Amino acid sequence: MDTQVINGAHISHRYGKQRALEDVSFSLPEGSRCGLIGPDGAGKSSLLGLIAGVKILQKGELEVLAGPINKRRHRATLYQRIAFMPQGLGHNLYPDLSIVENIRFFATLFGLSREEREVRMTSLLAATDLTDFADRPAGKLSGGMKQKLGLCCALIHDPDLLILDEPTTGVDPLSRRHFWDLIERVRSDRPQLTLLVATAYMEEAAQFEHCLMMDRGRLIASGATQELATVTPSGKLDDAFTHYQGDGASAVEPLQISPFSPDKHDIAIKATDLTLRFGDFTAVNKVSFEIERGEIFGFLGSNGCGKTTTMKVLTGLLPATEGEAWLLGKSVDADDLATRKRVGFMSQSFSLYGELTVLQNLELHAHLFDLPKEVGAERAQRLIQRFELDEYKHEQAGALPLGLRQRLSLAVAVIHEPEVLILDEPTSGVDPAARDDFWRLLFELSREQGVTIFLSTHFMNEAERCDRISLMHAAKVLAVGTPAELQQQFAGATLEDAFVTCLQEAQGLSDQQQELASTATAALTSIPRRGFSLKRTRALAVRESKELLRDRVRLGFALLGAVFMMIILGFGISLDVEDLAFATLDQDNTAQSRAYLEAYRGSRYFAEREPLKDMQDLHARLQRADIKLAIEIPAGFGRDLYAGRHPEVGVWLDGGMPFRAETSRGYVQAVHQESLQRLRDEGSAAVPALAQPVRLETRFRYNQDVSSVNAIGPGVMALILVFIPAMLTALGVVREKELGSITNFYATPLTRLEFLLGKQIPYVVVSLLNLALLVAINRWLFDVPLKGSGVALAVGGVLYVLATTSFGLLVSTVTKTQIAAILGTMILTTLPTIQFSGLITPRSSLDGGSAWMGVLFPAGYFLDIAVGTFTKALNLRDLWLQCLALLGFFLAFTGLSLLLLKKQEV
Amino acid sequence: MNKLSHIYRLGIKELISLRYDSVLLLFMLYAFSAAIYMPASGSSVGVHNASVAIVDEDDSRLSRQLAEVLRPPEFKTPVMLPYAQIDEVMDSGRYTFVINVPVGFQADLLAGKQPELQVNVDATAMSQAFMGAGYMGRIFQRELQQLSGVEIEQPIKLTTRALFNSNMQSGWFLAIIQIINNVTILAILLTGTALLREREHGTLEHLLVLPLTAFEIMLAKIWTSLLVVVLCTWLSLELIVKKALGVPLVGSMGLYLLVTGLYLFASTSLAVFLTTLARSIPQFGLLAIPVVMPMILLSGGVTPLDSMPVWLQWVMQLSPTTHFVSLSTAILFRDAGLALVWPEMLALIAIGVVFFLIALLRFRRSLTA
Repeated sequence: MDTQVINGAHISHRYGKQRALEDVSFSLPEGSRCGLIGPDGAGKSSLLGLIAGVKILQKGELEVLAGPINKRRHRATLYQRIAFMPQGLGHNLYPDLSIVENIRFFATLFGLSREEREVRMTSLLAATDLTDFADRPAGKLSGGMKQKLGLCCALIHDPDLLILDEPTTGVDPLSRRHFWDLIERVRSDRPQLTLLVATAYMEEAAQFEHCLMMDRGRLIASGATQELATVTPSGKLDDAFTHYQGDGASAVEPLQISPFSPDKHDIAIKATDLTLRFGDFTAVNKVSFEIERGEIFGFLGSNGCGKTTTMKVLTGLLPATEGEAWLLGKSVDADDLATRKRVGFMSQSFSLYGELTVLQNLELHAHLFDLPKEVGAERAQRLIQRFELDEYKHEQAGALPLGLRQRLSLAVAVIHEPEVLILDEPTSGVDPAARDDFWRLLFELSREQGVTIFLSTHFMNEAERCDRISLMHAAKVLAVGTPAELQQQFAGATLEDAFVTCLQEAQGLSDQQQELASTATAALTSIPRRGFSLKRTRALAVRESKELLRDRVRLGFALLGAVFMMIILGFGISLDVEDLAFATLDQDNTAQSRAYLEAYRGSRYFAEREPLKDMQDLHARLQRADIKLAIEIPAGFGRDLYAGRHPEVGVWLDGGMPFRAETSRGYVQAVHQESLQRLRDEGSAAVPALAQPVRLETRFRYNQDVSSVNAIGPGVMALILVFIPAMLTALGVVREKELGSITNFYATPLTRLEFLLGKQIPYVVVSLLNLALLVAINRWLFDVPLKGSGVALAVGGVLYVLATTSFGLLVSTVTKTQIAAILGTMILTTLPTIQFSGLITPRSSLDGGSAWMGVLFPAGYFLDIAVGTFTKALNLRDLWLQCLALLGFFLAFTGLSLLLLKKQEV
Repeated sequence: MNKLSHIYRLGIKELISLRYDSVLLLFMLYAFSAAIYMPASGSSVGVHNASVAIVDEDDSRLSRQLAEVLRPPEFKTPVMLPYAQIDEVMDSGRYTFVINVPVGFQADLLAGKQPELQVNVDATAMSQAFMGAGYMGRIFQRELQQLSGVEIEQPIKLTTRALFNSNMQSGWFLAIIQIINNVTILAILLTGTALLREREHGTLEHLLVLPLTAFEIMLAKIWTSLLVVVLCTWLSLELIVKKALGVPLVGSMGLYLLVTGLYLFASTSLAVFLTTLARSIPQFGLLAIPVVMPMILLSGGVTPLDSMPVWLQWVMQLSPTTHFVSLSTAILFRDAGLALVWPEMLALIAIGVVFFLIALLRFRRSLTA
């Protein structure tokens, strides 16, 4: 029975202009095991992504498990049958969740019943030796453990096709062995399982019966591994690969290593009992070593064992908790710029400036190391030649393939001709041929220029090239010596065997213990229904809330930020104007003029400052904003008043702030009338009784004392409940995109609606908590009476928060980076909320574009509800229209997100 | 000398990076054009476009004329309503003012019986209620005196004149405030997120192992964002505010741009300080809101500073935005010169230096914690 599981024909794939896959055709029978090899950038990950249904098929035909992958209906059935573990250590795991929580999350996504889940989890944990660490957060696991956990999560739903993308890159040799033992076990327990593995290690690929070789987007060979290997006399897969690669590149001479012979005992780098703790986690534990000048010293160990941290202590990036380190005879000091000039550092991640060209990067660094201009230019030129970067020198560094980028990083690290080079995994992700080339450069630096090189790696063949190596595991140095010494010490046939023995001793394991528990389990009985699943939505919501609860700072900012804003804005936003600073220019200075001004002096709206000297003074003081208004009484005011000549009082306002000027003018006119009234009442001559034609009966409704806080307080709630909920959700999707866990959405049965709702629910709950706090502050701190229906406020609040959180999700769906998401949310919410929601200016007074912005944003509707229920004694019957509008916004935003959210990536 | 040239070269690198960030450039374009023009031309503060309805139970010549005396731009053309709808339209906030003219209004008025005119005001419309009611009252009294032919000249005349913006056009002020708000958002959120991203990507660490001090790295970031935003502000003032909106800016542009630079120094320093408090971009986003929003809303740009409680006015003196708003109106509208505004400029410098120093102290530590 030889059915094909995967059948691909003429598959091509490109990212923008860049070609990733070019006319790839192959097929794979059921139950087979296949290795996929090729250098970095060959297109391995793209091909695996296509097969897993994570990426959109652009060109060609691809059938997976007896159906076309580009048919949505078929893909929906595939999620349940394929397991995909993406590249990178634990990239699709959730670092804040424990091992058990991670597995349970995946189990629920695949619709396992509780009993099935627990049974399978127990047996998988036992098989992977993870039972003792069940409650440890995934983020705190070592690289090997992360990969085992990843495998547990992948196997929990009993897939028919298991796709692993470089599962053992960055994992120590012991864990690597364990991992492959485990895979072997899984294979024998489930013979029908098809396995497709991309790997950078040729020896790993050699154990699979099928092999696909890729180079530069093309499939250069495929078939039975045995047959492929015999194409060259050596029978080795490496050589076969070089053979199929073709282009004569195989003519490279093998790497020559001249032995290291120290002239004298001269220590370049020294560490004694170096210890570094983060809280209760010890990253580096009493590490000691000495490195001689000109030596190449290798640091070996799995990811997360403390290699990088030790290097960071040596460069002064991290202060040691205990112990001491010396560089070039000086104790490491973060502020010692002189020593930094003698050291070159290359960090694990690419840390050059991607937007700058190769030449610009080199020149910038030459400059920062204070090389004279000519020297810098000359060295940059020489390094470009030496590192064979000539044809790329005007290309942006970020656009180069990984191997070239690493070469550039090294060139940058040596431009100032340092005496010490610290390189953190300089060759990780670089293909074997390029790695040899890289080492040639290192030897040149060490042997010819006497540069001390301290590097970390997890490639054994690189470790063998070092003069001395140190084996590190779980924050401790286990052994130090030359490769030969270590091989002898641990009686290994190879350095790798020696390392494995060393690790086993350190962990108190023996080979006998390696009897693996069975991974076999009963076939799944619970088949999940198609379509929307409440269970999956809940699983996502639970996961998201756990993450939020564990990030106390974020939760704290969300709750306290709202309270802080409510209090400060409630007190602060006020349109009541009191104690306006004014001054008088009384050119008459008679009893009449003083009597007239008395009304201003006695009013609570005005506060008098020093009188004005003349018109110039008036202008100057208004300009200085020393006073906000000036009152000018003309000479002869009293006389004219008696004579009935209607003297004219001039009031000067600062029009620079129109609102305040407008308000002041209102007050001035009111006080002016009051003053006239008073003059008349006091029977002053010449002020005839004033006949007002009508009696004005002004009723201030809803807020009799026209106190700002009664209107502003509830209004501010509308403001806060858009900013904080939207900001909470705005990073929801985009952060998963940046961190990589979005793959779980692409590769599992999770639907778009489940994904969006699951993400939204916890933030809706937090926002409702905010609503409750804000209502309480309004009611009891600001004493705003809640006259209307609490139910209406609650209904409106729930709908509003639904709308604003879904707005954040919409922004998150559309944007590509976290920066864009944060800025977008802020910019898109600020303007319509502050200016057009009716908080300051009533919406009925807006027109044109402003009015539309008010109508098309939810803030104004909740403002109506909040102000209505608090001050206008309204209930649901009066506010149902606003509630309906908010519901509409929620549906519209969610609908748009659903449309724009893709279930596959490009 | 070396330090200066390091700062210069690092800054050039920032500028090159900025050129390739298309999302950011697009955002800046929006922030300094449409986001200034729209609110400045469309909305207003104070009694402007206030919505009025009239319930005319008298239906006489005079009562009908009442509707004609309320005119734009202060009031929208009044709408006639039946009596039964008063509560409904006020509850919904459709009209801020509802005037009720009683039966027999004209007859009583002409007979000098001082009929009652009821004005219902929605007092939750804070910016219009009180001012609008007073304003409307005076218009009615004046116009009705004329209409009823019992005109009496006021014993004392009052003329009000506004200096610096004689028609009190709120768009002038709003345009400047929008620029200030967008500069604030840009300075704080952009500097903050960009810095945290460099931290997450490890490029910041890379700089810290070079022979550079945190001082140089921070200053390089600050001078570039300063240059870019000052340039944007200048273009926006010349093209959008002066040309498109037709606002006459009388003050010295050079002095204003200098002040903008000082403000950016202070606000970006504040942003760098905030990033040393947050561990991740999501945390920073939530931390920035309670900082930026009060800065925007309480700096005197949206509501007057004088009407806040005194303690809060003092607190707001610590915010660079407060000084920037006051400097902006002083320089641009009141043509205040250096001699008048130097104390506030000094305040901006002081705030900037304090935040810069705190950030500097925490900068290296925040990377390693």
